[in-house]
Amino acid sequence: MAKYMLLIYGDEAGFANPTPEQWDWMMKAHGAFAQAVVEQGGQIVAGDALQPTATATAVRGDATGDQIVTDGPFVETKEALGGFYIVEATDLDQAIAFARQCPAPAGGIEVRPIMDTSGAAPGS
Amino acid sequence: MNEIHRTLAEAHRREWAFVLAATVRVAGNLDVAEECVQDAFVSALAAWTERGVPGNPGAWLTTTARRRALDVLRRDRTLRGKLTLLIDPTDPAVPDPATIGEGEGDVIPDDRLRLVFTCCHPALALEARIALTLRLVCGLTTAEIARAFLVSETTMAARITRAKKKITIARIPYRVPPAHELPDRLDAVLTVVHLLYTTGHTAPEGDTLVRPELVERALDLARMLHTLMPDDREVRGLLALLLLTDARRATRTDDDGRLLLLEEQDRSRWDRQAISEGGELVRQALHRGRPGRFTLQATIAAVHAESPAYADTDWHEVLGLYNALLAVWPSPVVALNRAVAVAMVEGPEAGLVALDSIAGDARLAGYPYFPAARADLLRRLGRLQDAAHAYRAAISLATNAAERSFLARRLAEVTTTA
Repeated sequence: MAKYMLLIYGDEAGFANPTPEQWDWMMKAHGAFAQAVVEQGGQIVAGDALQPTATATAVRGDATGDQIVTDGPFVETKEALGGFYIVEATDLDQAIAFARQCPAPAGGIEVRPIMDTSGAAPGS
Repeated sequence: MNEIHRTLAEAHRREWAFVLAATVRVAGNLDVAEECVQDAFVSALAAWTERGVPGNPGAWLTTTARRRALDVLRRDRTLRGKLTLLIDPTDPAVPDPATIGEGEGDVIPDDRLRLVFTCCHPALALEARIALTLRLVCGLTTAEIARAFLVSETTMAARITRAKKKITIARIPYRVPPAHELPDRLDAVLTVVHLLYTTGHTAPEGDTLVRPELVERALDLARMLHTLMPDDREVRGLLALLLLTDARRATRTDDDGRLLLLEEQDRSRWDRQAISEGGELVRQALHRGRPGRFTLQATIAAVHAESPAYADTDWHEVLGLYNALLAVWPSPVVALNRAVAVAMVEGPEAGLVALDSIAGDARLAGYPYFPAARADLLRRLGRLQDAAHAYRAAISLATNAAERSFLARRLAEVTTTA
């Protein structure tokens, strides 16, 4: 088994002020997703939803080495990171199968393998 | 070239995929497997010169490469810890490493499909899939692939390394996808083979129209897939499409390398054997159920190939097939070809209407065949100034020299008449 992060990207405008029905649908969809992953032999290690990028703060080094604090996400994109899961899957095919079932109504999912930092440096 | 060299070159072309695929299973690592297979081919030259060519060169090469892989793994324990390629250990066909190469009567499973599906995994970029397929399935060197795609060897090497890295790090499994995923995954494989063929059939750049080495490799791959998946209709359709299109290769340009249109080609020089084989495959592929996009394209190619003269072409049938193709594969390029068929059945005016209905499609921007098709219809309607304008647009987009000079000839015709 290997760990993958499923990054949920989407247009925030669609879910800025969810109606109770939308919220309810969202909760149900994620519950069904979690159940499906386990039923298909996978595992959800972690997962959370993020507050909108309007609440984000970026801290970055500038050319002189100073750290600058600014309002907003690190990278401005139309489709913002809105939540994530860390899943265990046998291989990329299974991770992709999980991503297909992960609710992402206003965008899509990026599947990233998680680096194993317990052993030697990667590529050595 | 002596007999041994010839046998070896033949074995390289016919057996490379089998030998590598079987060695990957032992080595568990694409790079190690590749090195071992290359070594096996090198050592074959000396061994065969000394002791004669073995009865089954492929089996000799496979056993030699697999033994070498085991040696490498025994010597380099650290490599063993990094058996990176994901091979399902519960797969009953995985050999026990302890017994590999011990007996001469090893039954070596045919892993070529695993290799193909891994190289053509949809999680890899299309250009990486093509490069990997040529490198790992066809056994071309990185330099040869770089030449075929007119990029530097460094660029191509980086592309291949990046793709192999993704296969191991993201854990793309070395396996044939299960039945429910097969249609989609197979389509990705067929797309690679078809693109390889079209790149060779009309080289996107350069002076010559055809790159025979790419065409030959694509035909080899289509044949291999048909051997490995004899019941699949789309595989059959693809092989038929390539055979029927390639049957016209010798007549697509004149002695000076100038492009000749379908109507100008000398049909007596078309490859009759390829046409009859392709035609038979089409009939088998159409036998049951709804045909897919490769079968439909092959059927269109068969209508042209089997028509005794251009004037005898059954354009009604061609149009009907394009309608069916557009339904299963709604691509603007198919719509463009359909418009050309409309012009043949209902006249250039109707063809122009069909063309203009897709003019706004962003995917056609930069596609030289769109203004070229428009130019041809305008020319036939006698709207020579509009035709000249469209020919100029096509010339500015065309990258193949033979096609450019064809368009320039047509432009000269309409401007002198106008």
